[in-house]
Amino acid sequence: MPGLFGVLFATARRDLTLVWKRPGDSLNPLFFFAMVASLFPLAVGPTPEQLQFAGPGVLWVAALLAMLLSLNSLFMSDFEDGSLEQLLVSPQPLVVMALGKTIAHWLTSGLPLVILSPVMALAFQMELEVAGVLMVTLALGTISLSLLGSVGAALTVGLHRGTALLSLLILPLSMPVLIFGARTVSLAAAGDAYSAGIYALAAYAVGALTLVPFATSAALRISNS
Amino acid sequence: MWTFLKKLYHQLASPPHFYRLSPTFILWLAVPGYLLILYGTIAGLVYAPVDIVQGERFRMIYVHVPAAYLSMMAYMIMAIAGGIGLIWRLKLAHAVAASAAPIGMAFTFLALATGSIWGASTWGTWWEWADPRLMSELVLLFLFIGYMALRGAIDDTTRADKASAVLAMVGAVNIPIIHYSVEWWTSLHQGSTLLKEGGSGMQDTAQLYPLLAVIFGFTFAFGAMLLRRARTEVLIRERRTRWVKELVLSNEGDL
Amino acid sequence: MTAKLSGHDLTLVRGDRCLFTGVSFALESENLLVLEGRNGSGKTSLLKAIVGMIDLEEGEIRWNGRPVREVRQEFFGSLVWVAHRTGLKSDLNLVENLRFESNLRPESRHDMDAVLDRLGIQRLRKLPLRSLSAGQQRRVALARMLLADASLWLMDEPFTNLDREGRALVLDLVKEHLGRGGMCIMAAHQDIDLDVATQRVMLQ
Repeated sequence: MPGLFGVLFATARRDLTLVWKRPGDSLNPLFFFAMVASLFPLAVGPTPEQLQFAGPGVLWVAALLAMLLSLNSLFMSDFEDGSLEQLLVSPQPLVVMALGKTIAHWLTSGLPLVILSPVMALAFQMELEVAGVLMVTLALGTISLSLLGSVGAALTVGLHRGTALLSLLILPLSMPVLIFGARTVSLAAAGDAYSAGIYALAAYAVGALTLVPFATSAALRISNS
Repeated sequence: MWTFLKKLYHQLASPPHFYRLSPTFILWLAVPGYLLILYGTIAGLVYAPVDIVQGERFRMIYVHVPAAYLSMMAYMIMAIAGGIGLIWRLKLAHAVAASAAPIGMAFTFLALATGSIWGASTWGTWWEWADPRLMSELVLLFLFIGYMALRGAIDDTTRADKASAVLAMVGAVNIPIIHYSVEWWTSLHQGSTLLKEGGSGMQDTAQLYPLLAVIFGFTFAFGAMLLRRARTEVLIRERRTRWVKELVLSNEGDL
Repeated sequence: MTAKLSGHDLTLVRGDRCLFTGVSFALESENLLVLEGRNGSGKTSLLKAIVGMIDLEEGEIRWNGRPVREVRQEFFGSLVWVAHRTGLKSDLNLVENLRFESNLRPESRHDMDAVLDRLGIQRLRKLPLRSLSAGQQRRVALARMLLADASLWLMDEPFTNLDREGRALVLDLVKEHLGRGGMCIMAAHQDIDLDVATQRVMLQ
């Protein structure tokens, strides 16, 4: 038996290889994030005060929507070409493979957002420290969003109109992540103590990491029945 | 005692038994339920003394509080019944979960509407973002919408049951976190003094008793509605089975 | 003596339709089970029920006398499923696809070259699967099956997209597998006539 880490690694590596062969697909959410974030100054107004006020919320909502956009494809191609069925009858635990796929999803859609976020933060006239806080909150928050999204993607895989449905399922669940993420950045921007929000995000991510893969694997079995 | 409970459980868990026994339960829940609501509504809306701080508009609580409490209760029942159905493969539990969703959604909507009307007359705004209870209730409505949408999107009943059960359980774990996060969010706003107004308290037993009556009354009525819906749901789900066919043939007019 | 794989009085309902009822089988080593029936008669569903993907209304599948649900991991370790969809990634090449599977099955065979030669796909190693024909992709799926080295083969319409030579190859492989003490369940809408102990289940 290969160790569970071996299975985790093998599943994640396959998805990463697939992204590597078609990099365009995973870049789309990143461009979406940049574009949505750039739309807001046009709508809200260009003065530094307006940008600083709207910045944390706008960047967080844009990141949330970008994550949502990328989730649809998490299990879609696996479902279509039958490799999901093969995972279901694999001798390895499905929980671990589902987690492996979610990790690969985060690395290809969450992590790029985190890396791009300081640039966007500067465009919204944030100070360097605040940009750092944005990065940390996004790093922790997108982990939770990838995990929550994996349940939604697993529940809706193979359904018509899956994309809109996925948003309906995931948006209410992701509200705590959004609140903690955006408010923490706002607090940091206002010069207040912000560490509580980061702890809450970290706790949420750890909790999601331990519980959600089980829900995802159960959902995958159900969707394929 | 134990064998009796076990027997009762097996009888209730089997759809034909449930169908046969449920009218008794419905009657025992509905009659006291609606009587309590009748008493509570009349006593609360007409006879209870006016609140010193809020005036006449405090009477909204006689609908708002039971609705808000039952919306949460319905979600919990939905999640727990779904979990039972998933783990012990109990078909009846799934029927109960499916029946709880629309009732819970209606109560959530009622709680939001009454809360909003109360807010309009108290705070002068139809929607107060800074009220954590109203916000949690809104998220609950979204969770119900998602649940119903998922059920509607899956054609196969068995699969819809299981998938929505997973969703309900994930949501149930999230509800306390959502509530906590919304509270944290609103506590950061300046001028949250508005919130304290909700806790003016019950000074008079003439105000309190009708409230207790409507809370228990609504709960019993909810139980009756839930069983009634579940009864119909069971009949639809079991339509291929022999007992339903026999039932239909034996008393056609009386379903 | 209990059979290796058995199902007794199986009933499967999908939606409103009862696909089959009263289906039984008991499979020993060196046995072939052929599932026959028209399109939509429930052959694929029965295969899915055997691997536990869909629930049976009545009846139970047993592996070595124990319900499959209780010994799922062990059961999955001894079976390989050649499904209707190949389960291969069209953006990856043959070697990458097969290597993923062998990472999940460490006891699998490591003589990949011999298997690829046998199936006549050695020269396609480096091509992405997308550029292969449907029949060639089938052969890759067969290669995965051989490399898994499982005792129970579940094959859903294995002849789809294969030429005459490919079909003969599948039959040869099955015969060899049974000769080594393996088992095979095959869903097919054409006549399978092999010189082995064969059970047939006719699904209406």
